[in-house]
Amino acid sequence: MPTTAHTAHALADVTASDSTLRRFLHGLPGVDAVGLEARAASLGTRSIKTTAKAYAIDLAISMVDLTTLEGADTPGKVRALGAKAVHPDPTDRTTPATAAVCVYPDMVPAAKEAVAGSTVKVASVATAFPAGRAALAVKLADVHEAVAAGADEIDMVIDRGAFLAGNYMKVYDEIVAVKEACGTSARLKVIFETGELSTYDNIRRASWLGMLAGADFIKTSTGKVAVNATPANTLLMLEAVRDFRAQTGIQIGVKPAGGIRTSKDAIKFLVLVNETAGEDWLSNHWFRFGASSLLNDLLMQRQKLATGRYSGPDYVTVD
Amino acid sequence: MSERLTVFKTYKLYVGGKFPRSESGRVYEVTDKKGNWLANVPLSSRKDARDAVVAARKAFGGWAGATAYNRGQILYRIAEMLEGRREQFAREVADAEGLSKSKAAVVVDAAIDRWVWYAGWTDKIAQVVGGGNPVAGPFFNLSSPEPTGVVTVLAPQESSFLGLVSVIAPVIATGNTAIVIASEKSPLPALSLGEVLATSDLPGGVVNILSGRTAEIAAPLAAHQDVNAIDLAGADAVLAKELEIAAADNLKRVLRPQPVDEVDWSATPGIDRMTAFLETKTVWHPTGSLGASGSSY
Amino acid sequence: MAFEYAPAPESRAIVDIAPSYGLFIDGEFTEAADGKVFKTVSPSTEEVLSEIAQAGPEDVDRAVKAARKAFEKWSALPGSERAKYLFRIARIIQERSRELAVLETLDNGKPIKETRDADLPLVAAHFFYYAGWADKLDHAGFGTDPRPLGVAGQVIPWNFPLLMLAWKIAPALATGNTVVLKPAETTPLSALFFADICRQAGLPKGVVNILPGYGDTGAALVAHPDVNKVAFTGSTAVGKEIAKTVAGTRKKLTLELGGKGANIVFDDAPIDQAVEGIVNGIFFNQGQVCCAGSRLLVQESIQDELLDSLKRRLTTLRLGDPLDKNTDIGAINSEEQLSRITSLVEQGEAEGAERWSPACEIPSSGYWFAPTLFTNVTQAHRIARDEIFGPVLSVLTFRTPDEAVAKANNTQYGLSAGIWTEKGSRILAVANKLRAGVVWSNTFNKFDPTSPFGGYKESGFGREGGRHGLEAYLDV
Repeated sequence: MPTTAHTAHALADVTASDSTLRRFLHGLPGVDAVGLEARAASLGTRSIKTTAKAYAIDLAISMVDLTTLEGADTPGKVRALGAKAVHPDPTDRTTPATAAVCVYPDMVPAAKEAVAGSTVKVASVATAFPAGRAALAVKLADVHEAVAAGADEIDMVIDRGAFLAGNYMKVYDEIVAVKEACGTSARLKVIFETGELSTYDNIRRASWLGMLAGADFIKTSTGKVAVNATPANTLLMLEAVRDFRAQTGIQIGVKPAGGIRTSKDAIKFLVLVNETAGEDWLSNHWFRFGASSLLNDLLMQRQKLATGRYSGPDYVTVD
Repeated sequence: MSERLTVFKTYKLYVGGKFPRSESGRVYEVTDKKGNWLANVPLSSRKDARDAVVAARKAFGGWAGATAYNRGQILYRIAEMLEGRREQFAREVADAEGLSKSKAAVVVDAAIDRWVWYAGWTDKIAQVVGGGNPVAGPFFNLSSPEPTGVVTVLAPQESSFLGLVSVIAPVIATGNTAIVIASEKSPLPALSLGEVLATSDLPGGVVNILSGRTAEIAAPLAAHQDVNAIDLAGADAVLAKELEIAAADNLKRVLRPQPVDEVDWSATPGIDRMTAFLETKTVWHPTGSLGASGSSY
Repeated sequence: MAFEYAPAPESRAIVDIAPSYGLFIDGEFTEAADGKVFKTVSPSTEEVLSEIAQAGPEDVDRAVKAARKAFEKWSALPGSERAKYLFRIARIIQERSRELAVLETLDNGKPIKETRDADLPLVAAHFFYYAGWADKLDHAGFGTDPRPLGVAGQVIPWNFPLLMLAWKIAPALATGNTVVLKPAETTPLSALFFADICRQAGLPKGVVNILPGYGDTGAALVAHPDVNKVAFTGSTAVGKEIAKTVAGTRKKLTLELGGKGANIVFDDAPIDQAVEGIVNGIFFNQGQVCCAGSRLLVQESIQDELLDSLKRRLTTLRLGDPLDKNTDIGAINSEEQLSRITSLVEQGEAEGAERWSPACEIPSSGYWFAPTLFTNVTQAHRIARDEIFGPVLSVLTFRTPDEAVAKANNTQYGLSAGIWTEKGSRILAVANKLRAGVVWSNTFNKFDPTSPFGGYKESGFGREGGRHGLEAYLDV
């Protein structure tokens, strides 16, 4: 599917200047933390059984950005990951492929090769992931390299320091520049590192900032800090993309990342999507899970539904 | 047929939810009133005391932040767990205090009921000692009690179990965490209580129990800058004064010991032992009028 | 492809409902003296659940006598012993909470999600809280050694059957009273299961007596000369009758009656949470809640935005089988209640208000009413004045805080209100001016055993819950 074109939209004047942007972000409705968390918890009590569960598990598998972001990554490791992304369960070829593999820029060529001929995309973190502490030129070079190597998607981190210091325009400009570096071929996911933004009001502001700047996806976190994706912060971001589409007609994707390890968790997130943003977001074009260990749990649950008996870690591959 | 040889229990400290021996490797002998050997128990060191402070501090945020209802449920659970082990405690109390089986049983029952009493206080104390204040101005003004923090408790020397429970329960009911120095001569009921606390959903570190020489362990704790309060129930007059002076260094809240002849652990407690380790926080917030016109309904 | 949730029904096998139940008097189940019985049905299916003995005046007399006899010993027990009985009851309720949740859902029609996550936890917590007071009455602020009143006659409604029982029985027993309680005729089962819990807890016989029946049973109970205390939760009309009945006697009276709560949303509200609060305020328990936020007062400047969000949210509500764990809206409790809601809604339309409901499938049997929203409502409309006691929200607008308060207070009721704004001083200023017993800010329908609940004006008097709730059962 083509990347959403961000032409002049209803909110174009918001980013006319530093002060209009600030006024807009600070004018967004506040978030009551207790109420937000209660709503997320309440949706977490939905009971997804039988056919609904089978549907949700396959959907979740198809939404996984199978991720390896370690200093010890090698082409071999990435090839194995790619193979797993294409055929997550070698014993059952009806298992859907994952959405993407997510790697560091220098691993993009290996990843491309591993998923060649499949639907699996290659996503690459860039912009001095995970801290984002580098000069803009360095960040853009990072992006260019990944895109040139064939990355279909770029997962950038915002400059949290600038955001927390109130330099919203700096964050905005940087996202715009990265978006431009992505060209027309790569979709851009903007990572806020919600755990560092700390407050829900900040997460809502960052979401709108990212969407205004041209993000194709807004993403919770890097997986490298203490608090990553939670039902509450993901719910809040789903409200943001819902409201953004209502105002501009532009649909943006959401990617919770880090900390989602079980099928049960993943299904709770899908319920959040279904009952907040709605079914238009229930495809891997609009919703992703940034995860590594989640996939095996989904596969084990899938095997359980197929065979009626509980599976074990020896019956899924370790890649 | 020969009589079965019993299995002795190794009595250990209770710190941070675990059961360590003293890091010093030292033990001392505990006997019953007649001088018969009962057990070798850890002779805690200053280092054990410091470890206990670290554990109590780590547990404080979670315990103070737990709902009062949750704390009440857990204190009640302690009573339930003790009820199931009342024979064991009656035996230990009888040995420790030289009481008959039946008298010791009465003491244990009273100790169980004491947990129930304090279980009921967790969500009521704020309603008794807190409240709104009608300040003369357009302000909302509310005072609420909050736990003081980490409390060192010198358990009573004579009442090895009822006295012990009577000083621990009020400290933790309100959300403080505690480092308890067991009765020096009769520490066994206290060390066994640790086993009960560990199986009552009480988070590790909320209560930490040390055995040893009271004066030796209490001195560093009274001076410790990360301890917020001290209950001197188990100190004699000389030691109490010494510890109170040390405690003044960071202005610990001090609960002085009652004179020995005035102590009746079996009497229904009041709320004093809770209020001794509570701070009052008062919050102001403007109310103002509804609109610029100042009209009202 | 849509994400269709497959049915996820809670098993009803966990609860064993007997074909018939007697009255619970003096620790025994017995027939009514005149042999009368009535049926209790499941409002979601109209299936008959059980046949229940219907207490008449003779039975009332017998129950009051049993309670009187039990009072002597019960009130003389040390508080710490009464406490332990109540703690036992609290624990047994926790243990049996799943069974009781299913039972309550079957008999009342409310979703299992609510009985499981709200009713039952609150019931257990209420007993736990008042258990703790039983031996601390000296500290409650009513002087030393405050005395109980004697026999309490208690009449409760059908909207929260077991929770209302807990609100009545827990403080009464903690303070040393004995009780005769009449559950509502459409929801007698959980009270009768509670009788079994009293047995398991070893509660002395006669301390709790349960008399199922209709309004005449309740009337006989509150009129009984040997009742010292009357506590009633229900409609304002019946509350007024009861107040007349006890006039001139020494009976202490507390009433928890109707309401027409205003949920006030200012333009600086946390909108997404306000929408949740509005939904919770009027659709929790199908709106059959005395403190429901049945009037939405929204600041005119955000009316469109808020209503759009609200309507979108209402389309996600799931109405259907109350035992399904994903059901948000269950059945209306009775045919009678359904027809009352229907008639008021028809009047609303006739008076020119604009009616809206999300598309939703109504089951073919049972009593159901779709979530309903009325816009263009003014203070003059009946749907803005009368308590509908159903899933029907009337939307009114205001321009200034003054006007919001004036409209909120413009009712004979005064039970609850909600305030939504991120501005703290506005919350407190508005709360100061509201004539209502419970004011929720940036939340709604929150209950806790430590927190007093009760009304101003014709919403009744006396408080249940908290330290304040003790007063109703003490001779002070």
